[in-house]
Amino acid sequence: MVLVFYVAIFVVSMLVWGRIKAHRGRHDFTSLKTVTFGDESAIQPDRVASVISILSVFLIWGAFTGSSIVPLHVPGPFVGEAGFTYTARAPEGAEAEAEVRVMVHEAGVAPVTPEVPEGSGFAKGDAAVVQAWRSVLLRPVENDGEGAVVVAINGQPIAVDDRVEVTGGTVTLTPRGALNFQAAKGWQMEPIWLPAPEAVVARFVEIATNGYQNTSLWGHLGASLARVMAGFVLGSIVGIPLGYAMGLSGWFRGWFDPIVEFMRPVPPLALIPLVIIWFGIWETGKVVLLFLAALWIMTIAARSGVSGVKLSKIHAAYSLGASKAQILRHVIIPNSLPDIFTGARVAMGVCWGTVVAAELVAAQKGAGMMIIAASKFQLTDIVVMGIILIGIIGYGIDILMRMAEKRLVPWKGRG
Amino acid sequence: MSGLIIDNISMRFDLPNGAAVQALQNVSLELKQGELLSVLGPSGCGKTTLLNILAGFLAPTEGQIVLGGKRVVGPSPERGMVFQQGALFEWMNVRHNIDFGPRMKGMAKAERDRITDHLLETVGLHDFGEKAVYELSGGMQQRVALARCLANDPDVILMDEPLGALDALTREKMQGLVLKLWKETGKTVVLITHSVEEALLLGERLLVMAPRPGRIFREYNLPFAERGVNMDLREVKKSEGFAETREEILSMIWGMEEEIMGKKEGAA
Repeated sequence: MVLVFYVAIFVVSMLVWGRIKAHRGRHDFTSLKTVTFGDESAIQPDRVASVISILSVFLIWGAFTGSSIVPLHVPGPFVGEAGFTYTARAPEGAEAEAEVRVMVHEAGVAPVTPEVPEGSGFAKGDAAVVQAWRSVLLRPVENDGEGAVVVAINGQPIAVDDRVEVTGGTVTLTPRGALNFQAAKGWQMEPIWLPAPEAVVARFVEIATNGYQNTSLWGHLGASLARVMAGFVLGSIVGIPLGYAMGLSGWFRGWFDPIVEFMRPVPPLALIPLVIIWFGIWETGKVVLLFLAALWIMTIAARSGVSGVKLSKIHAAYSLGASKAQILRHVIIPNSLPDIFTGARVAMGVCWGTVVAAELVAAQKGAGMMIIAASKFQLTDIVVMGIILIGIIGYGIDILMRMAEKRLVPWKGRG
Repeated sequence: MSGLIIDNISMRFDLPNGAAVQALQNVSLELKQGELLSVLGPSGCGKTTLLNILAGFLAPTEGQIVLGGKRVVGPSPERGMVFQQGALFEWMNVRHNIDFGPRMKGMAKAERDRITDHLLETVGLHDFGEKAVYELSGGMQQRVALARCLANDPDVILMDEPLGALDALTREKMQGLVLKLWKETGKTVVLITHSVEEALLLGERLLVMAPRPGRIFREYNLPFAERGVNMDLREVKKSEGFAETREEILSMIWGMEEEIMGKKEGAA
């Protein structure tokens, strides 16, 4: 259902925007190309598509959660007075009809118990309340005399486990003779599965002001970021010199190659159990884990940075009279910076993912701890908010690294 | 200052598969101070190996290189090198590339700047000192490479196909510049090239090398470099003897190429 909506928005907006663009006409160089399929340079991301894409995510999210920020909604759960009539049969065979009224109310709203309707014959009317999306077990024949059983709903004969659609829900006859009334659910999601966007925003504001589990929101995120920074910095301090040594000495390379090549494909998450056994579940364990996550990436980046230096640059430096230390300082290190930056971007991404996972396992504070704790109390809004924040921060880290790279190594790829 | 002596150099090394390669065999040559030598030959004739030995990056198995009475044992700033494109330091601007040598020696900034400004002027990059090298065209980058080498005031300049990656027009301009710098500075220059024309234009002396084993095949003393100092290079190419010498050397190299092909087919 959601997929159908999504594909529909995709196709319709693509066709409409394509028409608009064709109508407006373009006169740049790309517009004159007759072959664009497979021409990578002719493919620019269409920013309109990006905007519609983000909007449609929120539109669908809102539509399926009954959000107030979205004008369109899929049918929500039934709310109001539901009801049906049932036919009771006394043990001696006499039949009588009575009405059952069920007030389906929204969560958090005090329900008004409906008036008990009158029945006919020995059958007496009944009334009940139930929260939207929920079901309630009714025993309408309890007050209809000894031994009475339900034989029909709304005039439709019913047997055990049969389902009858009635106003506002469905009725099922249980084996023990009771009626199970399930209020109609509609297409929308219950907040416990997926809260509306504004509920997430409200929760964000609340947690940003009051914190969650004795730590402010910034405390949680800051704790995660601090772990990432500590692990990344330690990993770089060890990994970069190690990578240089491996790039400059055959002995070092031979010695560490098996270790690095073995450790590189081991996902950091697989190290969590061992790290917990060795270093415990607190800060040390996490920093060690992130250190290991960053170490191999930085080592390999530094090694390939050194190996990538053109021999003619080294030769040129030697024949210009530079000493080994000067060549390291003025040629090898600057030449390896682009590779090290690429490695740092990868390492930061991996560390951010690893820290969240490590916090899911055990932590007192942190972004991962926040969402795992919230999920235990079924606070889905906090979980969704946490996931969004984790995504934004991860993306933000990458953007910052790219900006730093542009500023600090403008010669990247221009050698 | 005496000249550069290549004293009976041979070089032989083993390949990983056990075979031995005779890269150079009994190469001897004497260059006087200020001479311009170009080295030509088909690929595999050992001309780049010879240049690397001259620079001190490789050690010969026999013989020695003597410059100014001293035996060459490793790279040194008295033998400057100009490479094909891509040997500039792209993390430094043009000025810092040029004054790299003096800077490494610890020369005072004022003195360095004086040298650099003069060289920028000489190679025609007056306004480009603060530019990043990757913003320059290929020809300009090679001007920087020449200036960087000259900034160190070497006795000998070794050039390894410095103009090989340039387009024909730029190449011709740069050939004029090389001649001008050679005459003005009076440096000894050894230039390796693939182009017969370039070897003729930029060689007072010309060495044609032959492969397997790498050896000197023929040596010429030519008047064209001297002519080129005062004459347009296109005029030099039309001048007496140029076309004939070019044809002679071309057919010599073609002969070598055919011999190599024949040897290969015979082996196969």
